[in-house]
Amino acid sequence: MEAKISIQNIYYTYADGNEALRNISFDVQANEVFVLFGPARSGKTTLLRLLNRLSDLTEDADFRGVITFNGSDIFGRAVDVYNLRRRISMVFAIPTPLPGSIRSNLTYGPQMAGIRDKHVLDQRVQHSLQQAALWDEVKDRLDSSAMALSGGQKQRLCLARSLAMEPEVILLDNPTSGLDPLSTSVVEETLRDLRERYTIIMVPHSVQQAARVADRAGFMLDGELIEVAQAEQMFLHPQNKRTEDYITGRFG
Amino acid sequence: MSRQQTQRLAVILITAVAVLVFIPVLLVIFYLIASGIGAINWEFLTAMPRNGMKEGGIMPAILGTLILTFGTAIVSMPVSILAAIYLAEYAKDNRLTRTIRMAIVNLAGIPSIVYGLFGLGAFVLAAGFGTSILAGALTLGIMTMPVVISTAEEAINAVPQQFRTVSQSLGATKWQTIRHQVLPHALPGILTGMILGLSRAAGETAPILFTVAAFYVPTLPSSVFDQTMALPYHLYVISTQVPGMPLSIQYGTALVLLMITLTLTLLATGVRTSVRRRRDW
Repeated sequence: MEAKISIQNIYYTYADGNEALRNISFDVQANEVFVLFGPARSGKTTLLRLLNRLSDLTEDADFRGVITFNGSDIFGRAVDVYNLRRRISMVFAIPTPLPGSIRSNLTYGPQMAGIRDKHVLDQRVQHSLQQAALWDEVKDRLDSSAMALSGGQKQRLCLARSLAMEPEVILLDNPTSGLDPLSTSVVEETLRDLRERYTIIMVPHSVQQAARVADRAGFMLDGELIEVAQAEQMFLHPQNKRTEDYITGRFG
Repeated sequence: MSRQQTQRLAVILITAVAVLVFIPVLLVIFYLIASGIGAINWEFLTAMPRNGMKEGGIMPAILGTLILTFGTAIVSMPVSILAAIYLAEYAKDNRLTRTIRMAIVNLAGIPSIVYGLFGLGAFVLAAGFGTSILAGALTLGIMTMPVVISTAEEAINAVPQQFRTVSQSLGATKWQTIRHQVLPHALPGILTGMILGLSRAAGETAPILFTVAAFYVPTLPSSVFDQTMALPYHLYVISTQVPGMPLSIQYGTALVLLMITLTLTLLATGVRTSVRRRRDW
C-alpha cells in the first residue's frame, strides 16, 4: 500500500545554523495514529511544520530531502500550498482561536477556500464540532466569542476548526499541553474516534500519552529519528538503548 | 534624609512635573474660551465675512478647513495604509526597505514651510493645478503620510503573530490573512493615527500658504481647482494683515480652530479606548 505521507532523507537547518533535523526517513500509513515523541528541542515541531509547509513562513532555512503526500512531492512546482494546508491540517500546542465567534472560527478555513453556501458552512460547523466532541457544549452559543471558552474547549474548537476543512491528515503539536487531566482524556478519546476517518500525526505531551494513543511511534533525539516501531513494541520492547532510557525515564 | 523620605520626595517631584505638562494645555484652552466665546454665535459660524472681514462670520474659512482636512484624508490614507502594509508584512530587510524607511523618517522631519514650497513647485506650478484645493490637499496629504505610515505600521505589528500563523495554517493566502485577520484588528490603531495626522493638517498654515489658501474669496469653492479660505491662514491674516480687526473675532477664530483640532484628537482617543475595551485578546 502506498504511504499517506513519506519522508525521505530530510535535513533541515535554521538560518542561525541550528541543525533541527538530520537524515530523517519514515512513512505514515493512512488511518493510523503516528506519534513522534522525544525530549524538548529534538525537532518534532519542526518536522510537523514541514509536513504542511508552514515551514515556508520561516525565512532562510535550509531544507533538503523529499516529502511526499499521496505519492507526490509536497514541494513540487505545481503544488498549491494553500490546498496542501487544507489537506494536511495543523492543531497547535497553544489553543489559538481567532478573535470572533465560535462559528466564524469554524467557517474561516472553508470560506478562505471559496465556499460561500451557507447550508454547506452550517453543516461543516455542526459536523466538525460533533467530531471534536464539543457540539453539545456550544451548540446554543455558536455566535458568542470563542475567547470565552475554557482551555479544553478552545483546544477542541481548534481541532474542530481543522476538521471543518475536511482534511486527510491532522497534525497535532502537543494538543493537550495546557489542559487539565479531564480535558486531556476527552481530547485523547476524540482522537481515537477520529482515526477511522483521518490520518493523525501527533507530538504527545508525555511518553504515557504516546503509549495511550499511538498505533505506531517514532522516537526523536537531537534532530535524529532513533527508532520507529509499532506502539506495543516501542513502549514495551524498544530496540535502541537510548529509546529505552528515555521511555524508562533515565533522561529527558 | 532617610530612604523613605527620598522616595516620597521623588514621587512628589515626578508628579509635579507630570502635572506641569497639563498646565499649558489648560491655559491655552481656558484663555481662548474666555476671550473668544463672546464672538461665537450662529452668524459667526454660518455667515460670510462682511466689511473687510471686520464683521460677519468665518463660515468660508471653516468650510475650507473641513474640505482640506477631508481632501488630506483622501490623499494620504490609501497610500499610507498600503505603504504600512508593505513595510509591516512584506518588506524584507534589504536596501530598498531601508531606503523607504529613511525617506519616511526624513519626510517627518521636514519643516512645514518646506512642504508649502514643495507644493507650490510641484502641484501649483509643475502639475498646473494652480492655487487650488487639489494642490493644498496633496501638499497636506504628503505632509501627513509619515505620521500615518508609522502609526499604521505599529498597529499592524501589534496584531499577534499567532493569528497570522493560524490563518495560514487554515489554508488562507498571505493576502487573505492580512485582509481578514490583520487589518480588521489593526484598523482602530490606523484610524487613530490618521485622525491625529489630520488634526495636525487641519491646523497647519505654512503648507497651505502658497498652495490653496486665499486672503478673501467672496464665493464658496465649487470645484477642487478653486481656491478656498482656511482657518489657520485666515487667523494669520486677520491677526497681522487687517488693521482695526476686532480682537473678539481673532479670538473667536482661534477658538473655532482649536475646537476642530481638539475634537479630532479626542475622537482619536475615543476610538482607541472603545476598541481596547471591546477586544478580547
